[in-house]
Amino acid sequence: MWAILSILVENKPGILFKVTHLFRSRNFNIDSISVGVTDDENYSRMTITTYGDDKQIIQIVKQLDKMIDTVEVKQLDEHKTLFRELCIFNIKLSSASDSMEVNKLVNAYGGKVHDVKKDSLMVELTATPAQIQAFEELVKPFGIIDVARTGVAALQRSGA
Amino acid sequence: METMTGAKALMTAMEKEGVKQVFGLPGGANLPMYDEFARCDIRHILVRHEQSAAHMADGFGRVSRKPGVCFATSGPGATNILTGLATAQADSAPMVAVTGQVPVAMIGKDAFQESDIIGMANPVVKYSFQPRLPGEVPEAVRKGFYIAETGRPGPVLLDIPKDVQQNEAPMDFPDEFTIQGYHPWNDPDVASVQKAVDMLVNSERPIILAGGGTIISSAFAELQSVAETLMIPVVTTFKGKGAFPENHPLSLGPIGMHGHAEANKMMAESDCVLAIGTRFSDRSVGTFEAFEKRLKIIHMDVDPAEIGKNQTTNISVVGDVRASLRVMVKLLLQRSLKKSEDSVWIKHVRETKEYWKENLKIHPGEMGAAKILRKLRELLPKESVVTTEVGQHQMWASLFYDVIQPGTFFSSTGLGTMGWGFPASIGAKVARPDVPVVDIAGDGSFSMTENSLATAVLEDIPVIVFVLNNSTLGMVAQWQRTFYDRRMVGVDQGGCPDYVKLAESYGAQGIRAQSMDELDKAIKSALSSDVATVIDIPIDPEEDVLPFVAPGTSLSDMILPS
Repeated sequence: MWAILSILVENKPGILFKVTHLFRSRNFNIDSISVGVTDDENYSRMTITTYGDDKQIIQIVKQLDKMIDTVEVKQLDEHKTLFRELCIFNIKLSSASDSMEVNKLVNAYGGKVHDVKKDSLMVELTATPAQIQAFEELVKPFGIIDVARTGVAALQRSGA
Repeated sequence: METMTGAKALMTAMEKEGVKQVFGLPGGANLPMYDEFARCDIRHILVRHEQSAAHMADGFGRVSRKPGVCFATSGPGATNILTGLATAQADSAPMVAVTGQVPVAMIGKDAFQESDIIGMANPVVKYSFQPRLPGEVPEAVRKGFYIAETGRPGPVLLDIPKDVQQNEAPMDFPDEFTIQGYHPWNDPDVASVQKAVDMLVNSERPIILAGGGTIISSAFAELQSVAETLMIPVVTTFKGKGAFPENHPLSLGPIGMHGHAEANKMMAESDCVLAIGTRFSDRSVGTFEAFEKRLKIIHMDVDPAEIGKNQTTNISVVGDVRASLRVMVKLLLQRSLKKSEDSVWIKHVRETKEYWKENLKIHPGEMGAAKILRKLRELLPKESVVTTEVGQHQMWASLFYDVIQPGTFFSSTGLGTMGWGFPASIGAKVARPDVPVVDIAGDGSFSMTENSLATAVLEDIPVIVFVLNNSTLGMVAQWQRTFYDRRMVGVDQGGCPDYVKLAESYGAQGIRAQSMDELDKAIKSALSSDVATVIDIPIDPEEDVLPFVAPGTSLSDMILPS
């Protein structure tokens, strides 16, 4: 099972190390991680996507909760949460028609095109991980030179 | 606010915490702190190796239930305490370790005797602090002690850079503080306890499994009250040994890999277990699958993360186990619940206990482990504190040394640290100078921290080291005999050193006991001695610890003495 964890931590040095160390020492996996300061600069929010069976996810949440530096640990319900990931692709272009095809796909996925060259272009896409995955499959035949992903940022919707 | 150095603030803050002594060893990076010992009332107890300082603090903490304090310098001094921190963490022992660190500006420069002890210690401490300004010291101490001793206790590391020790700042010593992400206590949920009572009352073959948490929270009276009211037999984990008086008619002793036969048998036959302050460790319960198939499980623990970690449970009660048991005692009183003293189950338990008392074969020789440890029990006052090392002697102590007064038996059960017992006994004796303190040891373990004899002698801490000497790493040898076709590798200690001469060279008393008569005299002499005593007891190197539940098998599959 796939899980998105939202972890509010004190904004102090060394906390990211402790959180990731916990995953390592307890034999859990991190699929993606994103960290940023909140509106209150005393706190940071980490969004971690991980996987495991029900029992493992519950145990991860409990162990994170037990950490003294974590203020709040929540497993987010995918259906009640806005979650997005930013992804940048560098895509190979072999012909003029390639450029048009890629542009069409970028428009369909609400992305932006940057740095258009004769033989490559850069795409910025903000979407769910599944959409990014789908986009990646579609542009793969053109040739992907490089990809950078930020990991998921997520917040539960108000009242959800 | 008074202006003072970070080092002075540390001592002042520790005095406010009630610290009377620390165990440690000085070095370059903690000298400003050591200089303060010359000017304050805290006693410094010098060790010969920092690992022992940590074990002494651990032993002190387990016995007094207040954090023991150890001091080490930066670099190797700090890395030497890692085993001590890991031992305390694995057994939830309250401890505060104070390490010196290179000056703030040198951190990260690979300075002389620099080690990233905060990073290295992270997985083996409950929490750590590295004050970067002298003014941060008092709050770090206050919070550190609070975290170490509350909730599920554990070791806390204070790593203090040398300039933070030396520099002055106006100091505020706050009584009040908040730690936002720390909630050490939960009030037990009464409805869950109620359900637990119903489940216990409605089961036919209930059993109580008391773990180390029962001892940490001193829930002895409450445990006894529940057991006696509902007539439930009590087994313990090895760490819970002595949570319940082992001479009590309902006591069956520890379960586990080297549990008592009657305890393992009854555990295996029971249909409902009230598990108190235990993590269902592999050494205690064997394979988890066998455990959960046949049993309804009620789990009380102070640590919510222990619920469901190793063992799925039917009912869980999160909270200090003493508080939870108090709620249970109250509910039993309200409902006037009392179980009959001669139910089918209790009769069966009694018969099983009798059977094993008479039929468990022990070593036939005069100096077999069972006879030796029963002799020790016979001669030690019941309030004596016992620590053990790790190995065969430890498991023989579990089998043959009955703990009468709850909370007087301590061992490195989680990490299994050889060399823990002797320094821990020194810490225990500092906490309880009024009672005899004995380290039940093997020769292999004792040799790991034997230089603590210097501390015991010079600091006038007269503990007794009781060495079951088979001149072998006996437990490893037993596994090699049992699972590796008697290919004995790396276990022979070659009769080296001579422990009597070793003791004497430190100025301690050394006695060799080669017969029951000599043993009797040796124990009596040790008990009346005002100097530390090592009793060296040669035993048969071929003697196995039995019963033995092989790893990965169920508690009912015991290898028994033939």
